[in-house]
Amino acid sequence: MVSVATRAARAAGAARLARGLVGAAACFAVAEAVTRLELVDPRYLPRASTVLARMVGLLGRADFLTAMAATLQAWAVGLAIAVAVAVPAGIVLGSSRRCYQATRALVEFLRPIPSVALIPLAILLFGQGLQLKTALIVYACTWPVLFNTIYGVQDVDPLAKDTARSFGFGRPAILARVTLPAAAPFIATGVRVAAAVALVLAISTELLAGAAGGIGTFILKESSGGEHADLVYAATAMTGVLGLVLNWALLTLERRALAWQPSAEAAP
Amino acid sequence: MSETTAGSRRQRRRRLPLADPAGFAARWLVLLAVAVVWQLATMGGRSVFFPAVTEILAQARRLWLSGPASSAFLSPAVAQDVVPSLARLLGGWLIAVVGGVAVGTAIGLVRNLADYLSPAIEFVRAIPPPALIPPFLVLFGLGSEMKVALIAVGVVWPILLNTIDGVRSVDPVLVDTGRAFRTRRVRRLAFIVLPSAAPRIFAGLRVSLSLALILMVISEMVAATGGIGFTILQAERGFAITEMWAGIVLLGVLGYVLNALLLVAERHLLAWHRRARGGEEAA
Repeated sequence: MVSVATRAARAAGAARLARGLVGAAACFAVAEAVTRLELVDPRYLPRASTVLARMVGLLGRADFLTAMAATLQAWAVGLAIAVAVAVPAGIVLGSSRRCYQATRALVEFLRPIPSVALIPLAILLFGQGLQLKTALIVYACTWPVLFNTIYGVQDVDPLAKDTARSFGFGRPAILARVTLPAAAPFIATGVRVAAAVALVLAISTELLAGAAGGIGTFILKESSGGEHADLVYAATAMTGVLGLVLNWALLTLERRALAWQPSAEAAP
Repeated sequence: MSETTAGSRRQRRRRLPLADPAGFAARWLVLLAVAVVWQLATMGGRSVFFPAVTEILAQARRLWLSGPASSAFLSPAVAQDVVPSLARLLGGWLIAVVGGVAVGTAIGLVRNLADYLSPAIEFVRAIPPPALIPPFLVLFGLGSEMKVALIAVGVVWPILLNTIDGVRSVDPVLVDTGRAFRTRRVRRLAFIVLPSAAPRIFAGLRVSLSLALILMVISEMVAATGGIGFTILQAERGFAITEMWAGIVLLGVLGYVLNALLLVAERHLLAWHRRARGGEEAA
């Protein structure tokens, strides 16, 4: 039997969804109306409906899909390496105050350097291929995952650790059974932030290193002639769709993986 | 976006350098040590891509600090590249701050408005900002307008969302108290709602400022007409490695200084908030 509270929550969710749909339709209608007024030459600002149609058309174009696959490949490889590096490093730094103090300074001076400033250096070091994008994504994505892992590890309830210790668990067992599970929601949040950063870096690199190939290169190429403004807008909007899909996929994965967490819903 | 209170509290405490002089000194010592190690490792001059620290600093001095005393030793390159870059950065960021706080407050105050607008906001926010460069090139051309617009649109989202969150989580008792005292709506907004939301808003401001620096650099690299990003890319293409490194160091310094300035502003403006929350952070 469904409780009253659940039913009320469901009704509220449905109402919110309906409002969202109405709002989205209204926003699209406003965009269409504004672009139809042609305050700006439609060669530079095409109609919203045209852009929408072009977006659907892009999904049938082999060159666009190849570009998207190239971007996704760099995204996935870079993110995976960053997680593989940052989570263990974060566990070490989070569990030892001395290691943390020593490296904090270095990290604090490295972090303000905007990652895109390193693109020219990376082009010199790695050429223009997948390696270039991956290296930059790894660099930029390491920070959010690292910091969230450190916070997560430092935030573990000491009582839980002491309890495990008094039951005779060793350090590795405590790490695997107490620390990691408790830090998992923090790490997951870090990965989601990093996923958005990775997409930013992939596209930035593609805009600058033409040979890298990917959505960024595709959009810039279409914009250079100045005749396909509708395609430029459509491809840019597709990066938004891609961002939404990736974020949704990671959220779903996170909910599944952390379903056992009592506070999974309220996780940071 | 949001962190747990424990996390943000710890973060805030860490960010008060003056409250912890020993840690502050230790940090600069570590930086010095890294510079020395870098220097020793590059002394042989084996790697073309990694010049010595002294060379990078000398180059930076030549580039930006070789001017006459009358202009505070700043070279003409500062006026030519650094100042316009900073102006675009701050211009775009300020537009985003004003727009984000104003619109965010409106959305937060009107019941259910956030529900209506969130799908559209989520969609535009999901577009990686650099992907906006080509359409903005089509719309605005190569000039400063394009870069300022890109920065404004790219960095407004953390400010907007944090403002909505902050305004919506204002303690209703406070607002009701204000209403009971017949405080006018504008005064309630200025003296109750916005101050209560200020800590959240500042969190958004910090995220957006570092994002603004990134967008400034990338837009100057893609639409190359001038600025720090342009200088770095030119240096790389001309194989002027030391100059490229000097540019990277300058950007790091700018990022550090901008963040530090914002933190100082936050500490002054939110001093009442820390006091109200107890001595914990003041200690």
